[in-house]
Amino acid sequence: MALLTARNIRHNFGGLRAIDDFNLDLHEGELMGLIGPNGAGKTTVFNLITGVYRASEGSIRYRDEELVGRTPHEITARRIARTFQNIRLFRDLSVLDNVRIAHFSQSRYSPIEALLHAGRFRREETRIIGHSRDLLAIFKLEHLAGETASSLPYGHQRRLEIARALATRPELLLLDEPAAGMNPSEIDQLMDFIRWIRREFQLTILLIEHQMKLVMGICERIKVLDFGRTLAEGPPEVVRSDPSVLEAYLGEKVAR
Amino acid sequence: MPLLLIGGMTLALAIPRFNLFNNYVQMLLMYVGINIILATSLNLVNGYMGEFSLAHAGFMAVGAYTSALLTMHVLPPETHAALFPLAVLAGGAVTSLLGLAVAVPSFKVRGDYLAIITLAFLMIVKSALENIDAIGGPRGIPGIPRLTSVPWVFAWTVALVWLIRNFVYSRYGRGVQAIREDEIASDLMSVDTRRVKILAFMLSSFCAGIAGALFAHLLQFISPRVFDVVKTTEVLIMVYLGGIASIGGSILGAATYTLLLEILRPSTVASLLSWLPPGLFDPLNKYVISHLGVLRMIIMPLLLVLVMIFWPRGIMGKREFRMFIPSRDRKAHRPDSSVGGMSNHGVADSP
Amino acid sequence: MNPQTAYWLQQALNALQLGSIYALIALGYSMVYGTLSMINFAHGDVFMVGAFLCFLAGTALGLPFVPTLLLAMCGAALLGVAIERLAYKPLRNAPRVSAIITALGVGLFLENLMLAFYPYPQNVPRLLENVTWHLGGVSISSLQVVIIGLSLALMLVLDHVVHRTPVGMAMRAISWDKSYVPLMGISVNLIISITFAIGAGLAGAAGTMYGLAYPVIDPYMGVLIGWKAFIAAVVGGIGNIRGAMIGAFILGGVEIMVVALLPSTYRDLVVFSLLLALIIVRPHGILGQPRVQKV
Repeated sequence: MALLTARNIRHNFGGLRAIDDFNLDLHEGELMGLIGPNGAGKTTVFNLITGVYRASEGSIRYRDEELVGRTPHEITARRIARTFQNIRLFRDLSVLDNVRIAHFSQSRYSPIEALLHAGRFRREETRIIGHSRDLLAIFKLEHLAGETASSLPYGHQRRLEIARALATRPELLLLDEPAAGMNPSEIDQLMDFIRWIRREFQLTILLIEHQMKLVMGICERIKVLDFGRTLAEGPPEVVRSDPSVLEAYLGEKVAR
Repeated sequence: MPLLLIGGMTLALAIPRFNLFNNYVQMLLMYVGINIILATSLNLVNGYMGEFSLAHAGFMAVGAYTSALLTMHVLPPETHAALFPLAVLAGGAVTSLLGLAVAVPSFKVRGDYLAIITLAFLMIVKSALENIDAIGGPRGIPGIPRLTSVPWVFAWTVALVWLIRNFVYSRYGRGVQAIREDEIASDLMSVDTRRVKILAFMLSSFCAGIAGALFAHLLQFISPRVFDVVKTTEVLIMVYLGGIASIGGSILGAATYTLLLEILRPSTVASLLSWLPPGLFDPLNKYVISHLGVLRMIIMPLLLVLVMIFWPRGIMGKREFRMFIPSRDRKAHRPDSSVGGMSNHGVADSP
Repeated sequence: MNPQTAYWLQQALNALQLGSIYALIALGYSMVYGTLSMINFAHGDVFMVGAFLCFLAGTALGLPFVPTLLLAMCGAALLGVAIERLAYKPLRNAPRVSAIITALGVGLFLENLMLAFYPYPQNVPRLLENVTWHLGGVSISSLQVVIIGLSLALMLVLDHVVHRTPVGMAMRAISWDKSYVPLMGISVNLIISITFAIGAGLAGAAGTMYGLAYPVIDPYMGVLIGWKAFIAAVVGGIGNIRGAMIGAFILGGVEIMVVALLPSTYRDLVVFSLLLALIIVRPHGILGQPRVQKV
């Protein structure tokens, strides 16, 4: 059975139909790409899956549990995490705190224990700090733990965002344009990196990306969206030569 | 730190016992303490959470009225001294329920709209108090027993600032700041934003209620007129003057504002400038100092405007004094650290 | 007509009068919020200064109605522009909160300043001869007619200016995007000053009419009335001119109804509770557009 299934998802913004009959079967361990021209609705799909928007129609099931109607943090607690197209770090907070905050639902102490810094508070805080620093170490950010997130260079900020997402211990990771603003050699490193975290953290990954090199390079399956509808779906070789895909990206004349 | 507190408490106990300072100074110290409680608790919602709540005076009112009614109509006079802390706590507890009510609109609404809603709450509390004749209506409650003392204010101030600081340096406090930075992202990063908002508002209002209770039993008279937008504005001044999202900032802001207000009294200024030769002092006294009572109320807001224009970040900006940051947090933020001890979870190599 | 109908018609007239005054104040809040996205907390106190200017003109200067009205309006407009230039302009790029606190400070400053000059409430002299007509059980006073008529006229003029003149278009353009307007050869500062001047001038008119209708004025009158008018503007849709008018008349209607049906001390309690409920149910107001946040 698929890990994540979306069926007949339709979503409107006021009078605008943003997503039309979206279906998806994502299997455990897959690395899948979601591509399409700007405005195709890719980020909207992410927002629907993670509960930022409530789908107007349709169902999204994760391990056979309905996600539509749940709040974002409930969905995150169900092991789905994401990054953002425009980095959405907690800019004025420290690098460490950005990662610590993502542990919110995993921390097991009550408000009273927090107010008194007693009971399970100490043990849990130590554990969270440990786990956060370990994550930062993996992403080679540990030495920047005390720095403000906004003071980091762009590439570091992207890494921090992924580290933060991984702090929620997800099974499914949604990456929104992880390669944005990167040069070709950085993209190569990113490709290795994504393969590596998939292995290391046993993730299923769905990613949105415009950089074709990355998409064709690491994705096992690709889905193409345009104006909220699915144009094509399949392995990279099939999708790259699909005429409707070429038309959507490059225009009618080139496709023919 | 503990040594400082013991020393402070000893001093606080000694002051009234041995009349170390005159009554005026003692009262001033107590007002500073109460204002510290008000400023730090408002900073929790306005600074750390980045909202703009105008309801604080309303919370103060609820705590003031609840505790005053308890001491004057429920508790027998012999028990007053002993049961005073209970009355104060009751004031805080009832106020926190109102805080819970104010938190609810904050789930869906933020920014200016929430500010307006909190303003409406303040107005409603004030109007409600004016309408209930059983508790004095517009005339208020006179003759409240003088139960607030320097040691009590010291104890409550230390306790509440401690609680707020603990809250800030916990997952809930971090959640509060995450909400300020990016609410949707925090939600997606597993922060239960509703729960965090409720806790922040309840803690903030709880403290304001306690401050109100202490205030009532110091001033010995309360009326709805006292707890209006002007009062809220005063607390806002203390918070923004000191610096948002900073406990030390709120303490400094509260102390500075309270003392500044007191210094600008005719008697104080006159005695401060008494060393001037009569040729200078007399006209100064006649035209400026004697009108200081009125001038003060005009100068204060003007000063506020000037501070906001030239010094918008306040005294501390968003920084914090080291002594308020738990050592655990300080160590954790070091570039190299072994807090947690678990620096190996079976990772063979990193990319 | 039967006494019941007459009574309610009478109340309707009172509501129109009160609503008109609220509307003139609410418009100032809406215009400033629409252009600068800023809550001008000092606006209620500008209204108060307008009332005192009317008082001064009527007593110290002995002027008749029309010059008094003009004096109050111009004086208030000047005050509004001065506040904007001195206190708000320096903070245009500062965090929102600073501007709000500054506005609160300016309001406090005005209140205490007037308090220094007038520690006791003052009585506005009768500048208009008040004739009462009786139509089938309903008493209509000429004062009421003047207030309602004048206010409606001013509102119509404003509506015309905002929706049908270049100045108005510039004002609306600034509310959408401040950075483009200078590119079209329009001075942002000028438009903002005009916005404040018009809003404050209307508040000055409101102050005059309030002073004539309810002759006792004091330096703190702007606080309660200002806040009520502001919340009414929010109920109608803050930033929206027509919304401000709608909200203000709703407020006037509710207030008159409450006073008619309940003991008068409950007036503010019920009014604020109702307004609060309306805002919670529909935060962006009756005519407002919910702001969509792109994720």
